[in-house]
Amino acid sequence: MIGIQHYLVVSAILFAIGVFGIFLNRKNVIIILMAIELILLSVNLNFVAFSAYLHDLVGQVFAMFVLTVAAGEAAIGLAILVIYFRGRGTIAVDDINRMKG
Amino acid sequence: MIQLIAFYLFAVMVVGSAALTIFARNPVHSVLWLILAFFNAAGLMLLAGAEFIAMLLIIVYVGAVAVLFLFVVMMLDIDFAELRSGFARYAPLGVLLIVVLAAEMIFAVGAWSAGSLALSQRIAPTPDEIPNIQALGTLIYTRYLFIFEAAGLVLLVAMIGAIVLTHRARGGVRVQNVWQQNKRRPQDAVRNINQPVGQGVEL
Repeated sequence: MIGIQHYLVVSAILFAIGVFGIFLNRKNVIIILMAIELILLSVNLNFVAFSAYLHDLVGQVFAMFVLTVAAGEAAIGLAILVIYFRGRGTIAVDDINRMKG
Repeated sequence: MIQLIAFYLFAVMVVGSAALTIFARNPVHSVLWLILAFFNAAGLMLLAGAEFIAMLLIIVYVGAVAVLFLFVVMMLDIDFAELRSGFARYAPLGVLLIVVLAAEMIFAVGAWSAGSLALSQRIAPTPDEIPNIQALGTLIYTRYLFIFEAAGLVLLVAMIGAIVLTHRARGGVRVQNVWQQNKRRPQDAVRNINQPVGQGVEL
């Protein structure tokens, strides 16, 4: 039978891959947003694993709220990306500190 | 046995496709690998008995978020080769960081499974006789009703924010003025006349 440790290790690896993705693609905001989605996915996996392990539904309820916030974050992040690209013609994060107002 | 095979299949696939998401050269391929990662994570959640969250993951992430990503990647004309220039330079620090991070987390899992923490306080025990979605719905619409509605509010704010941010009023386009159209009455626009025969029409 699959123990909770298996789930936790998979989730930890997924989280580490997400953090590594932020480091690796430091200039490309789209990939950074995708890496954040991976991190949130690993958190959700942890919630669901513990919910199943403890026979407690609250973990799944909380995973649903994390999903909601992740969806909103992706929408807002991509909207900011679109207006940033419209203004500057590039999405390189290095130049973002030049934004004013 | 079949559960074990399915678990390892899904786990290997989710880790592999997550790695390919961040390593892919083309962002469109990244999004597609991300979709595969979400599908396999949904499989993992299905194995854990969270059917509703698994289906929600497929509907929300694959159906909405990934399509949004694809849309933005394809809509913006971005020079992705230039954006990858610092790839090798950032890698060593990143590798160091994630090795430490992953080792710490796996160490924590080991320490926890050695029995250092007691996680036995159950707030909402999973009922055995009713299906997952029914139990979850009962919980959401009773005890967590206000938080659930707050989550809806978060989505509403995100939607309005995204529209406000990306909307732009363009000059020089002829648009329909609904207010003026509705304000117009027949007596202002139409005139009935009894036209005598043989005379010209006055316009």
